[in-house]
Amino acid sequence: MNFLELVWLIPLFPLAGAVLMLLLGRWLDPQGPSEVAVAPGVTTQAATQPPDGRHGTRHARGSRVSISLLCPGTVLISLIFSIGAVAQLASLPERSYQVIKFTWVAGLPFFTQSGAQARFAADWGFLLDPLSSVMVLVVTGVGFLIHVYSIGYMGHEGGYYRFFGYMNLFVFFMLMLVLANNYLLMFVGWEGVGLCSYLLIGFYFHRKSAADAGKKAFVVNRIGDAGFIMGMLLMFSVFGSVRFADVNAALAGGRFPAETAGLGVLTAIALLLFLGATGKSAQFPLYTWLPDAMEGPTPVSALIHAATMVTAGVYMVARSHLLFRLTPEASAIVAAIGAFTAILSASIALVQNDIKRVLAYSTVSQLGYMFMACGVGAYWVAIFHLYTHAFFKALLFLGSGSVIHALGGEQDMRRMGGLKDKIPITYWTMVIGALAISGIPGLAGFFSKDEILWQIYSSPQGSRFVYGVALLTAGMTAFYMWRLIYMTFHGAPRADRHTLAHVHESPPVMTVPLVVLAAGSVLAGWIGVPRLWAFVPDSFRLFEHWLAPAVSLAGPAHAAEHPHDAATEWLLMAISVGIALAGIAVARHFYVTRPERAAALRQAAGPLYTTLVNKWYVDEIYDFLFVNGLGKSGGSALARFDNRIVDGGVNGAGWITRLASVLSIWWDTWIVDGAVRLTSFLVKAASFPVRILHTGSVQAYALVIVLGAAVVFAWYLMR
Amino acid sequence: MLYPITPTHYLVLGAALLAIGTIGVLARRNIVIILMAIELILNAVNINLIAFSHHLGQVHGQVFAIFVITVAVAEAAVGLGILIALFRNRETVQADEINLLKW
Repeated sequence: MNFLELVWLIPLFPLAGAVLMLLLGRWLDPQGPSEVAVAPGVTTQAATQPPDGRHGTRHARGSRVSISLLCPGTVLISLIFSIGAVAQLASLPERSYQVIKFTWVAGLPFFTQSGAQARFAADWGFLLDPLSSVMVLVVTGVGFLIHVYSIGYMGHEGGYYRFFGYMNLFVFFMLMLVLANNYLLMFVGWEGVGLCSYLLIGFYFHRKSAADAGKKAFVVNRIGDAGFIMGMLLMFSVFGSVRFADVNAALAGGRFPAETAGLGVLTAIALLLFLGATGKSAQFPLYTWLPDAMEGPTPVSALIHAATMVTAGVYMVARSHLLFRLTPEASAIVAAIGAFTAILSASIALVQNDIKRVLAYSTVSQLGYMFMACGVGAYWVAIFHLYTHAFFKALLFLGSGSVIHALGGEQDMRRMGGLKDKIPITYWTMVIGALAISGIPGLAGFFSKDEILWQIYSSPQGSRFVYGVALLTAGMTAFYMWRLIYMTFHGAPRADRHTLAHVHESPPVMTVPLVVLAAGSVLAGWIGVPRLWAFVPDSFRLFEHWLAPAVSLAGPAHAAEHPHDAATEWLLMAISVGIALAGIAVARHFYVTRPERAAALRQAAGPLYTTLVNKWYVDEIYDFLFVNGLGKSGGSALARFDNRIVDGGVNGAGWITRLASVLSIWWDTWIVDGAVRLTSFLVKAASFPVRILHTGSVQAYALVIVLGAAVVFAWYLMR
Repeated sequence: MLYPITPTHYLVLGAALLAIGTIGVLARRNIVIILMAIELILNAVNINLIAFSHHLGQVHGQVFAIFVITVAVAEAAVGLGILIALFRNRETVQADEINLLKW
């Protein structure tokens, strides 16, 4: 089977699942259309019993099997097709395959800035190249595991079909995003995943906080999306196309107006696209929606808000790497924003107590790493970190979901502790995930994070300062991640007795994905071993060989790009491992060995601690500046404008119309109608003497005839 | 004493019949009677025709009278048909109650 030609089918399987679920799901689900969605793990009587008894008796319990098989199944089929397509792609010499199904948008022709005639056109086309192949495998692979996990996690909850319908819809849009061959189709996927994110964050929509969080995510993303649209249209006006191949060819060949280079339009395009990326990938200043997005079910957090959707921005920047390479100022801003976001969110994660919020800030921080790598021109490393991060962050989220499940919905780490032996599989897999994200040698996170650090240090666009920030962030990452592990699993149990009695390991349908992801977190990095490790055969650098040529400037110059100073690199590697270990040790000191010191430190830090707990007051500042400032004050100013000027104009127009209509009524009543009535009146008046003869009596008429005949006769006789 | 019957007698009879028929048509309210009065008028004409035919020694008048009788039969049939249709609709045969054609 030629999987490459069928690459356009890959997104359609989840779409079919989503359509089936959202249209027919309510009849497949034994709980029917009941919208009883309860907090994770809270298996109340109302939730487990179908509220409608008729439904419950007609369908056997457990006929959710059809949904449980279908929805992960569609993703599995996509995964198989993806693997097939990528395997066949590897054998193509050009390592790029484009299928264009049809022209989707065909606009009118016009002239671009360079004077050429162009026609706004976008294909319904799919592009498989090393970059999108990595993304496709991550989306379908991790997506499949999380779907399987969801069977267990969501098993007791209402709206099961709705959940899986949205999840499948999400996978469809995500695959459209990564497989699109032009920016416009990518934007379709981009908006679609935003929609699914909104729907799934607000899955427990009866809870106001969840509904608000969904709204916040949607609105904040809109700001970024506006940037994306503007960047895309600006790009079209310069290059006359939004197809990746055309834009990249124009950029590589220098076929653009010279005045747009430098600090010109190209930089503007790059920055606008990056604005889109900051929205979707939760970078400063648009990151505030992601921590709130944790209101959604945990598998959603794992799939959308850790592994796939939030990395779309990184993918988009890597996809536009030629543009960013030509605009060093934009790249510098990307790196700066990445670094700032990384350390800002890592500092917030240090003191958060909600297990999922720690992970959310950690995700923001790791995304900052990816943008740092993009900013210094190491695009393949950014994608490499994206790929390893998908494993260990999905693992950590699913593990936290398992903990929450075990504790019946508890998310506050202050009420956890001592769970190590009660849920061992969850514990050990999460330890692996924490080791991986901390950057302990041998695990996935080490390879990608260390490569990022080295690139920041050694790249011509990198700097020592950014390197320092990244290194500090690495230490903080190790600290907060192990703080999470220690607070959750070690020490004395702090949950109440009732909850503790019900602590149980999750069913295999949840633990098997955990184990698979843990294996991934260990092994995934071994295809991107650093060049420094000369003792490892070159086949362990598969990832770099596969991806680096695709996101680098063409040519074999790549190898000579980084003059290797082996001693420095070994030293930096040792430093980063050392700082990770130090972070773990500090966490152990404060949360295991001497727990009382943590409280003392909190006291000593005082205002700093309060600031961190309140997340640097960024939400409050935004509320003051935008929600209340621009939103409400500006809103009331706009309301005044609307009331007085706009409505005044409308009312004035209405008044004039009414006046005109009054005149018109007068004219109509007295002149037009008057003429008609006068005519009829004249006819009536003239006919009045005659019509009294018409009695209707035939005999009267006959009498007149007879009399008339008699008169004629008499006249005739007397003549 | 016996007088010979002259055309004058016939004409007087015809005139009397015409007068009776005319008054019947004008004065009676029942349409059936009106139709009968019309027959009287027609027969007054017939008598005149026969009388002149006899007087002049020609048969033209008699032939014409036969025609008149034929037409009278047809007229009676049509008139009674209309009358029945009218009765079915209005449930009356009184001419003064059938006065739709007024102003």
